[in-house]
Amino acid sequence: MQFGIFSVSDITRDPVSGETPSEAERIDAIVRIAQKAEDVGMDVFAIGEHHNPPFFSSSPTTLLAFIAATTSRLLVSTATTLITTNDPVRIAEEYAMLQHLSKGRMDLMLGRGNTAPVYPWFGQDIRQSLPLALENYNLLHQLWREDVVDWKGKFRTPLQGFTSIPRPLDDVPPFVWHGSIRTPEIAEQAAYYGDGFFANNIFWPKEHYIRLIGFYRQRYAYYGHGTEEQAIVGLGGQAYIARKSQDARQDFRPYFNEAPVYGHGPSMEDFMDLTPLSVGSPAEVIDKTLTFREHFGDYQRQLFLMDHAGLPVTKVLDQLDLLGGEVVPVLRKEIAARQDPGTPDAPTHASLVRAKYGDETPRQPRPNANRGDNVTGGSPYQDTAAKSRPEYPEL
Amino acid sequence: MPEGTHPTSTGRSAPVNDAAQEPFSLAIISAGTSDPSSTRLLADRIADRSCELAACHGRTVTSNVIELREISADISSALVSQLITPRLQAAITVLGEADGIIASAPVYKAGLSGLFTSFIDVLDDDLIIARPVVLAATAGTARHALVVDEQMRSMFAYLRALTIPTGLFAAPEDWGDPALNKRIDRAAVELVLLMESGFARKIRDASWDSYQHEYGSAGGTEVGIDLGTDLMRLAAGGSAA
Repeated sequence: MQFGIFSVSDITRDPVSGETPSEAERIDAIVRIAQKAEDVGMDVFAIGEHHNPPFFSSSPTTLLAFIAATTSRLLVSTATTLITTNDPVRIAEEYAMLQHLSKGRMDLMLGRGNTAPVYPWFGQDIRQSLPLALENYNLLHQLWREDVVDWKGKFRTPLQGFTSIPRPLDDVPPFVWHGSIRTPEIAEQAAYYGDGFFANNIFWPKEHYIRLIGFYRQRYAYYGHGTEEQAIVGLGGQAYIARKSQDARQDFRPYFNEAPVYGHGPSMEDFMDLTPLSVGSPAEVIDKTLTFREHFGDYQRQLFLMDHAGLPVTKVLDQLDLLGGEVVPVLRKEIAARQDPGTPDAPTHASLVRAKYGDETPRQPRPNANRGDNVTGGSPYQDTAAKSRPEYPEL
Repeated sequence: MPEGTHPTSTGRSAPVNDAAQEPFSLAIISAGTSDPSSTRLLADRIADRSCELAACHGRTVTSNVIELREISADISSALVSQLITPRLQAAITVLGEADGIIASAPVYKAGLSGLFTSFIDVLDDDLIIARPVVLAATAGTARHALVVDEQMRSMFAYLRALTIPTGLFAAPEDWGDPALNKRIDRAAVELVLLMESGFARKIRDASWDSYQHEYGSAGGTEVGIDLGTDLMRLAAGGSAA
């Protein structure tokens, strides 16, 4: 079981101090938060992708490459990478590069994005977002698995003899999670490819997620990737922790009340009753988090939202001390004791390499020499099967 | 939330004739803000006449009142945060299971009260397809009379509900005018006949899938998943149509 944090990358006024951090301050803060996550023993740091203020994370692979370079154990990921408004070819290239630089300490989570104006800024249409997401991922999946791709679809210009470079590290594609809270087609696609499925688990009451995760598990088994219990499930959640329950509620209330998405709406107590939000002592957060597996089945990754709604970086770092120091160690122990012993871990680069090669040496693609024209595709790598290589006349 | 209230693409479907012996379920939405309120009074009088009339036809009616005043905070939470509280969900379930609906709202500023429209705004588009609805409004002046036909009717048309022909409107002077009773009687006849016809149930049985639905819509009852769609084929590695 992996534990980590995920950030929306919002830049929000601190309702207590009245200060709004600058973009520069918030970007510095997120790096410290990610590094702290590793220091306190968390496994995963994931960042969102946005293309409008008041967010800062438009270029997740740049940020994550820096974080990977300044950490040694932390797995970097996204929450989410936009599979609709990004060209899947660019996703294939950028994340393969991140995979090389981080030595495989990365994966990514795909999402559609629900901000209507962003779509036309990138030449897309939100009304087509579902077929666009599905088609784009079909292409991305292929680009990471075939050296040379011929492809034609509805939304993107066709590809002939295209090779996405660099090839994935050890020729093992990054593991992909599909984030969705209400779209059976996304669950179906995750199941079809044997990818992970992630429910952000923040807004809707849990019954909605339970049904969709159940459908994903069932289809994962149907496509022959394993049993329903072996399907790869991730969940979000959010917590605010203090040693004493009252202190947690008192500290967090002004942030809750002004939070960008649910602020000025339901009371914090209603939200705690009806959603996975926990605000309280370490023991209360542990108890609530332990209920997740009872509802959704044993799962592989738990991410907490810790740095939103204008919480100052010092508070977030204190939160991570409590989360990593007092909550997660107990959760690891309790979940290990309770979960089905056959529950698989979330795939990592190392486990995927082992699954593909066993004791063999992983493939290391070496390109053929540049013939000078830069366009003669067909067999770009020295170990590409001879039969698919074009033949050239002796000069 | 009972499942299988509506036929879904997985093939669950309620038998058409089951309802013959069941009481009619009547949902009454009142957006009146005082207690008692004339808006609620108008709704109650329609409901009473409908029950009497149904009884004459040998049918009983179970009425459920949704007093929006009591769930106003839940409605505003849902509007701004997508959080559906249990109390709001209970109201949604009542509407989703109703054979007939009486919707009664006050008019304040040449338009339906914001409480009423806010409630309608948080409902799923497919919650009350084909259900017979009595439209009723109250106001402090007769100059608001057209709100029923010009605003309320189009709102329920958007929801694909079946609004009954007679619209009811009561300004202060109408409460002393027997003509209001006559219109209430007329509306009750229209409502009861439409409930008796089983039109809404038949529409749902015959063509539920031809309306647009989302996973979890129809108040949380639409949980069927059709694996045979173009999008599902695309999800499983196929190509876009």
